[in-house]
Amino acid sequence: MVTTLEERMRTVRFRVDDRPHILVNAGICKDCSVRACVYVCPANLFVPLDDGGILFNYEECFECGTCYIACDKEGAIQWSYPRGGYGVTFREA
Amino acid sequence: MALLSKATSLALVQNVHRLVGLPNGFPPPEAPPAPRVRLRAPGTRSAEHVDVAVIGAGPAGSAAALIAARAGLKVLLLERGEYPGAKNVSGAAFYGSAIMDELIPRWWEQAPVERYLSRRVLAFMAPETSVALDFRSARFAEPPYNGVAILRPKFDRWFADQAVAAGAFLLNAAVVDDVLWEDGRVAGVRVRRDGGDIRADVVIACDGANSLIAKKAGLQRQFHAHEMSLGVKEVLALDEATIRERFQLSGNDGMAVEYIGSITEEVSGGAFLYTNRNTLSLGIIGQISSLAQHKRRPYELLEGFKAHPAVAPLVRGGTVREYSAHIIPEAGWNMLPKLATGGMMVAGDAAALCFVAGLYLEGINYAILSGIAAGETAIAAYHEQDFSAASLARYETALKARHVLGDFHGYRHAPAMVNSERLQNLYPAVIAHAAEQIFRVRGEPKQKIGPIALEALRQHKVAPVELIQDMLNAGRSFGW
Ligand SMILES: Cc1cc2nc3c(=O)[nH]c(=O)nc-3n(C[C@H](O)[C@H](O)[C@H](O)COP(=O)(O)OP(=O)(O)OC[C@H]3O[C@@H](n4cnc5c(N)ncnc54)[C@H](O)[C@@H]3O)c2cc1C
Ligand code: SF4
Ligand code: SF4
Repeated sequence: MVTTLEERMRTVRFRVDDRPHILVNAGICKDCSVRACVYVCPANLFVPLDDGGILFNYEECFECGTCYIACDKEGAIQWSYPRGGYGVTFREA
Repeated sequence: MALLSKATSLALVQNVHRLVGLPNGFPPPEAPPAPRVRLRAPGTRSAEHVDVAVIGAGPAGSAAALIAARAGLKVLLLERGEYPGAKNVSGAAFYGSAIMDELIPRWWEQAPVERYLSRRVLAFMAPETSVALDFRSARFAEPPYNGVAILRPKFDRWFADQAVAAGAFLLNAAVVDDVLWEDGRVAGVRVRRDGGDIRADVVIACDGANSLIAKKAGLQRQFHAHEMSLGVKEVLALDEATIRERFQLSGNDGMAVEYIGSITEEVSGGAFLYTNRNTLSLGIIGQISSLAQHKRRPYELLEGFKAHPAVAPLVRGGTVREYSAHIIPEAGWNMLPKLATGGMMVAGDAAALCFVAGLYLEGINYAILSGIAAGETAIAAYHEQDFSAASLARYETALKARHVLGDFHGYRHAPAMVNSERLQNLYPAVIAHAAEQIFRVRGEPKQKIGPIALEALRQHKVAPVELIQDMLNAGRSFGW
């Protein structure tokens, strides 16, 4: 039985902050051919667009840090934690 | 599980609020934190003062806070999650029972322990075959237990409660953004709230693998993608009787399996499966640089792991209770930060003290050991009222005394060895191939094992020189 990522993500609880804790600089991403973020993000939050840009949504983020560690373009990802108590809340992990 | 009564915990919450000047009732139990709360009244000049501020209520932070609070120091434990463990992910097989027993005698009688790990399996995986080493010990099923399966959101909450019971103040939903400096040494923490500066004689950064604080304080450098791995995990619901039957376990005995080889396909990494009381914890771990290089998505590798013919029957019928992800510092000795400076120490994953080498994935026990060492150093510094870099440099001595640094130095060659292409994919395939030949019955004359092994090596194009080199390398990494 195959579990889709959407089904997996539905099992996770997020308290979404109204301010994004991660900012992705679209201008820098446009010139990136590596696209490491697209593959490594465990929540699939980086979506490549037809025009060469990247669509990013911070809302269902695990706050793991993988994206900024994988990305080697200076300044592309501005990364921090959400405000206290917001973001992902694991109950079983 | 010995939880604090509601009344006691409320009193403690109120204490914390007095300590940091918060209005009583914040945050309401189980309710979201109100934004923009002041840590001290506006207009007051001096920030609140504590003896020790611990950043992060994971195993390192709770151990440090517990030790220091027990010695009578005023300790503030700051956690960014809604509760301790809310942000934390491990396998989790916890191999620090004996250490924990020193801190909290017979801790397993009150802690949320899932199962006692009396069965350990190491499986070498090839795409369709696998060879496993299956170890059982009756002694591992007796107190103080060699290893236990735990779930971090439950375990961390319990452990932080022990620190609170020892007198530490726990503040949840508090993100530390930076340390404060004074006269060239660390003198406190900046919590992300209005007026969130808290002065502390000693700051202990236990903020985990992604330690922003150790970097901000200049003690840790930026990481390379080959030094970090990503773990993605699922908790699967399966009833108790099925778990016992399927894994041949009695009572609360449990099993831990580590998978190495091609289980993460061409990506450097491995997989794990642990039995809990009525769930399974399983996941894959992949080196971040390797995931990016091979353009592989972690959740697809997880799906591939669950579909492997040796794994599928074990997880059949399990429904996903929770999916999670977290990073692991993998480079060990080669990525240790500067461990201490004036007014500050770094412990646990934040100090890269996570022991990862193929069959080993031990971070919780080293986090606790280093947390204890940091707590003890803070106590000594407090008694002398000397928080200088020279005074806190004794932390390194304390880590050596607890064999932490010795373990990491001894295995300093292991991470590179384990992540090498040949060890990741080639040798497990050779072993699985040879095993298949050994067990296959064709009605032809039985071959001896020596020629089978040589043939397997030849078919997989392993040059004798390489093999000898790798054996020496493995010896140097693991053997002597
Ligand atoms: C998939 C996976 C499987 C693993 N399996 C095992 C296993 O089976 N056995 C084992 O021993 N180890 C295992 N590990 C390793 C283990 O999880 C870590 O070594 C261990 O959690 C380290 O403990 P710590 O206290 O140093 O850090 P953490 O447990 O990461 O705790 C850090 C704490 O600090 C908080 N925090 C972070 N930043 C801030 C901030 N700025 N302000 C306030 N709070 C902050 C976090 O919310 C968290 O509570 C595994 C890891 C992963 C990812
Ligand atoms: S975030 Fe980094 S890796 Fe991803 S597209 Fe932008 S520059 Fe490339
Ligand atoms: S922190 Fe982790 S989950 Fe969040 S966007 Fe980056 S890679 Fe994805």
